[in-house]
Parts: sequence; structure tokens; C-alpha cells
Amino acid sequence: MLKYIVKRILLAIVTIWAVATITFFLMNLVPGGPFLSEKAISPQATAALEAKYGLDKPLMQRYTTYMWDALHGDFGDSLKQRGRTVMDIIGRQFPVSARLGGVSVLVALIVGVPLGCVAALKRGKFTDSFISVVATCGIAVPSFVICTVLMYFFGVKLRWFPTMGLTTWKHFIMPVMALSFYPTAYIMRLMRSSMLDVLGQDYMRTAKAKGLSGFVSLFKHALRNAILPVITYVGPMLAYTVTGSFVVEKIFTIPGLGGEFIRAINGRDYTLIMGTTIFLATLIIVMNVVVDILYKIVDPRIKLK
Amino acid sequence: MGKYLVDIKNERLSFFTPAGEVKALNDVTIHLEEGEVLGIVGESGSGKSVTAYSLMGLTAHPGKLLGGTLEFNGHHVENMTEKEMRKIRGNEISIIFQDPMTSLNPVYTVGNQIEEVIRLHTDKNKAEAKARAKELLELVGINEPEKRLKQYPHELSGGMRQRIMIAIALACEPKLLIADEPTTALDVTIQAQILELMMELKEKLGMAIIMITHDLGVVASMCDKIAVMYAGRIVEYGETDDIFYNPQHMYTKGLIRSMPRLDTTEHEKLVPIEGTPVDMLNPPAGCPFAPRCDAAMKICLNQMPPQTDLEGCHYTKCWMIQKEQFEAQKGEA
Repeated sequence: MLKYIVKRILLAIVTIWAVATITFFLMNLVPGGPFLSEKAISPQATAALEAKYGLDKPLMQRYTTYMWDALHGDFGDSLKQRGRTVMDIIGRQFPVSARLGGVSVLVALIVGVPLGCVAALKRGKFTDSFISVVATCGIAVPSFVICTVLMYFFGVKLRWFPTMGLTTWKHFIMPVMALSFYPTAYIMRLMRSSMLDVLGQDYMRTAKAKGLSGFVSLFKHALRNAILPVITYVGPMLAYTVTGSFVVEKIFTIPGLGGEFIRAINGRDYTLIMGTTIFLATLIIVMNVVVDILYKIVDPRIKLK
Repeated sequence: MGKYLVDIKNERLSFFTPAGEVKALNDVTIHLEEGEVLGIVGESGSGKSVTAYSLMGLTAHPGKLLGGTLEFNGHHVENMTEKEMRKIRGNEISIIFQDPMTSLNPVYTVGNQIEEVIRLHTDKNKAEAKARAKELLELVGINEPEKRLKQYPHELSGGMRQRIMIAIALACEPKLLIADEPTTALDVTIQAQILELMMELKEKLGMAIIMITHDLGVVASMCDKIAVMYAGRIVEYGETDDIFYNPQHMYTKGLIRSMPRLDTTEHEKLVPIEGTPVDMLNPPAGCPFAPRCDAAMKICLNQMPPQTDLEGCHYTKCWMIQKEQFEAQKGEA
């Protein structure tokens, strides 16, 4: 176990380094820069700004400087948001996105897993078909459509929920619905197919032959085996969801990290792009390790190497 | 004769598949007394397992019991609800399956899976159930039971896993143990060990066994009675000696001829049964074995042979014996 963790940490460092390097060079290949705007700035002012942030130096030198600083925990200042460091921005926006994303993933699990099980148990019946149709819709309909529809009905027509911000629980309902729709649908489908597979296994017949009730068979013997694909999916999905969705944050005016990320790219806010990318990469790596460990806990046959 | 432990009368069971009705069991009648061993032999799809599963109320979807009575230990299985059935399963009637590699749940320890059934059917507490589980492992000949209880199925060999399946099946000292090809998935030396263990446990615990197999060698050595099944029918039924020394049905004869023996002269060829099993979706009108039978007569193709009772419990369903009896009567007259 210790050996595994050490190995994963070393691998994570290499991965993060690769992600950072690729992002750094790709980002600089894209034309434009942080100080271009509709309002023409004098060349002298631009030069002064570039000098201040070190953008006038050769690319390789900027790369080594950035990596060295990053290694010491300094991710620099935002180029566009004066006086705020990248860490400040992530530290302030991430909790907003994380809360929203966390709740959404939780909802997706609470709704998706049982419905997937039900669909598997009622295979071929109306319930199964109904759930499958809903699941397909959930996967096919893009989130901006869902956001707009929700906003029109619940926000404008019925006036049940506020349409912007994220202060009370009522504010959460629509964005959570919009964010959790896709993962819920995906989990339902995963759960259904893996549950069908498990229900046909010999050990389920053994469970029945022991005289166990359908309820115990399902929750003790089937669920633990069937949940594995869902764990695989939820890990990385959680990392993506807690870092925020640009579309949902934009539509519901939520000050989250997802919107920040896109704004950083559009504004060529180099340090913020790097910061958010490394942050997301780290989160995904951590989630993958968590998934592996969960796997080991759920299924003793799996060996962590 | 007293009351039977198992008394299946005229059982009819069909699977309603999208392709049509498959008559899996036709008029199956089986009696079994306490402590007896019955072997059900037949080829794949002949209805061996379906018969046994239906007695446990484990008929798989889309199977449906259409007629007949199934009595077990005083219970009328055909009328029992699922809830009532659950109290019997794993308690009064247990089963061990063909493939021990997949019959145990991979994510729970052996101990957990044995204790589960003990706690379900008895009011033993956790510690008592554990003690009982340990006792069971010793009973089925597993060394270091304490350690095995904490292990997962994948850490054990096939033979060991089948022993654990037996331990689970015997946990509540059932009256009847159904063994559905218990040794098919094991290698030969382990097969013998498992069969020996089963017989030993039968002597110790006094339960009855229904042994489902297509290995005639197994039934010859273990069973008191044998039912030979073909296409969802029992074509011949009798004491083991009746079946082996006085087979009457052409199928039984064929089966015995196709088995290697020690008492034959060298270089004698085994005689296989030619042809393929019946298409259960479109069974023939007459005797299902007629298309493969060397001695088939006209009537065999058109009409189902009736049951001919012979000595003791021995009976068969074949036109040949009807003909012989008829001719014998004519000769006397």
C-alpha cells in the first residue's frame, strides 16, 4: 500500500509537469496577448506592462521562471485582474463551484444509482423503457438547453426559484438540476447495464438459494459488485463538476471557477490559465487515486500495484 | 411405504420464450424417501436441473409451472408464496451448483457468506454463527478454518470453494441436498474427493440427496435410485441395479453402451448414440427419442409411449417393452 502511494505520487508529479508544460507552450502558440483590447493602448504602455510581468523575455526563459516559481508554490499574479494572485482567485471561486458541483454529483448518485437498479430489475417492462428514455434525453440534451428550459418555467413562468446568484438553498435548485442531469443519466445507464450483468451471475442464484430476500440479495450481494463502473465514472466526473461549468455559471450568474477558466482563456490571462489547468489536473489525479483505493475497498480481488 | 420426503407428481413446466413455448418438463414424477440418494441423468437440456430447481421454487424466468404437485417434507411447494419458500431454502432444502468458481460472491469473505445463511435461518448471534461456520469448515475437511473464514473466494482453489459451497448448503442441516453437477467443473482427483465427502456427510447427517449429473459412473457408485431423463420426460426410473443391469428404455441402453467398462474385451469400440437432441420448440408427436432410436417402430413416431410398471419402483416409457409384453401375453394365450 505504501509502495503504491509513493508510486502514485511520483507519477502524479510527472503528469502534472507534462500537463503544465504542454499547456504553457500551446497557450503561447495561440495568437493574441493579455494586453490587447478594443481600446488601443500605446505601444509604450504595452511594453511597460509586458516588462512588468516578464512577457518580454524569451519563451524558454519565461517557462523556466514559471516552473521554478510554481515549484515554490508561487503561481503568480493574474494579468487581467489587477492586484489579485492566481491563488486568490482559485481560493475564492473554487468553493462556490465546489459546493454547487458537490451537491450536483451527490444528487446524480442518489437519483441515478437507485433508478438504474430499478431499470435493471424491471428489465423490458414499462418502467425500464421509461427510465431508458429519460436517460437518453439526459445524455443527448446539452446543458444550455436544460438551463434555458428550467429558467423559463421555474424562473420566469412559475417564479418558484431565483434565476441568478447562489445565496439561499432555492438558488441551488435550478443549477443543480442542470448540472446533475447528464451525470444522473449516465450513472443510470451504467448502473442498469452492470446490474443486469451482476443479476445474471451464479452468486446471485446462490444468494436466492440460501433463502435471502430480494432486498438483501440486491443490496448486499448485487450492489457492491455492480457499483464498480459507477465509481470509475464518478471519480473524474467529480473533479470536472466541482471545478465548475462555464455554461451553467454563465446562465445563472454564479461566480464560480468554470466561468473564470473560460474568461482567462479568452483574455489570454496566462498565469490564470496555467493556475486553473494545473489545479484541475491535480484534482483529476487525486480523484483517480481515490477511485483506485475505493475499488480496492469494494472489490478485494483488485490489487494495487 | 411411508410418506415420501419428496413427492413430485405429474409435474409439467414450460418456458415461454419469444420463440414459443418450450415444454421443459412433461409429466415428471419422482419419489424420494428420507436419506435416499436419487440420481437424475440425462443430456443437456433434458430437464434435470429444471426439475430440481422447481422443487426449490427457483424456476428461472420465463418458466412457469403448469400442472402437477410438488410435495417436499410436508410442504406443497406449488402453492407456496415466495416468502414461505424463502424460509425453506437454505434451511430444509439446499443446493450446490456446478461451478464453484462463480457461485460464491467475490466481494465477501467466506466466513461472511457462511454465517449469513446461519443467521438467516437460526437465532444464533454473531459469535455463535461464527463458531458454527468454523465447525462446518472442519466438517467439510478444510484445514485452518479460522484463517479460511477471513479469506475471499478468489484466494481459494476450486475444490476448496466447492467444499465451502457444501458447508453453506449444510449449514442448517437440510433434509434434502440438491447437487447440480457438483463435480463437472473440477478436475478428476478433486471430483472423487468431493463425491466421497458428500457420501460421508450423508452418512453423518442423514439427509437425502438429489444428484444431477450426466456422468453415469457417478450415479452408479452413489445413488440408490436413478431417473433417466430425455427431452423433459423421465423415460426410465428405478433402483440403481435395475437401471444398470436391466435397462429397458432404448435411451438408457444406449447410454450404458456408450460408457467405457472394465469388463469388456480389448479394442471393443464404444457405441455412441447417433443424432442430435430434440428441438424442444418443436418436439415430435411420438416418443421424443424415436428419431435417434435404432428400434423405432411406426407407433413410436406418432404416439407417446405409456408408462410400463416393472418390478418394484422400476418403470419405463417405451413402446418396445409394451410390444414385448403384448407378445408374451399372446404366447401364453
